[in-house]
Amino acid sequence: MQSNGYIMNLRRDVFQAIADPTRRAILLLLASQSMTAGAIAANFDTARPTVSKHLQILTECELLEQEQNGREIYYHLNAVKMKEIADFIEPFRRMWDERFDKLEAVMIKLHTNK
Amino acid sequence: MERKTRVHAEAGKQELLITREFDLPVELLFRAHTAPEIVEQWMGTKVLKLEGARHGSWQFETTDARGEVVFRANGVFHEFEPDRKITRTFEMENSPFAVQLEFLTFEKLTDNTSKLTMHIIFKSVELRDQLLKMPFAHGINMAHNQLEKIAAK
Repeated sequence: MQSNGYIMNLRRDVFQAIADPTRRAILLLLASQSMTAGAIAANFDTARPTVSKHLQILTECELLEQEQNGREIYYHLNAVKMKEIADFIEPFRRMWDERFDKLEAVMIKLHTNK
Repeated sequence: MERKTRVHAEAGKQELLITREFDLPVELLFRAHTAPEIVEQWMGTKVLKLEGARHGSWQFETTDARGEVVFRANGVFHEFEPDRKITRTFEMENSPFAVQLEFLTFEKLTDNTSKLTMHIIFKSVELRDQLLKMPFAHGINMAHNQLEKIAAK
């Protein structure tokens, strides 16, 4: 019971983490490369401490991992965790399905109102 | 609800096929891809530019509640034949994803139904798979609800 509750919390945290558009943009940025906090922050207009906060949240819920390389800390995606939130193809298919449902609804409405 | 949209992605290939049948005449299906105010409604993004013609270009942008840009994509039209096909490139700005080549084919099934086929070619198998794993890459603003629904299952 205890462990179930723990998993539920963890799961909710992951989805809360990716609910933020800046954090999603950070994940996108790290899709194919490791980057330092400074390099990541350079891609946003947001203040550096705000980006650090986002990185902290993403790291806490294990979507990002830190790696020490000399003096620098590099961030990279945790592939296992990413797989958990996006089971191959289905989320992508659903996104297009919902998008196309909307397209259909918009055009039917437009056509009816003509 | 039946699964209307199909995604076909073979392992080890750098391409992807999305197909969908619509309860719409092919003219309306095509118009949904060319009128900026309509594209904005179903894509959930702002249309900065959409020159629907050969050699024309397009640019979409999504901002968050504070007005910060979180997604911007652009491309060029190579073919633009009303009610038949659109060939275009798709590039996400400020992202590690390479430009994609997209072939959209519009088919009339009956007077009131039509079919869209999107054939997308990626630079590499790895990039295709990465994009599939991150659906929010392609529509950054809608991902949360989607993923939450899937997680709730």
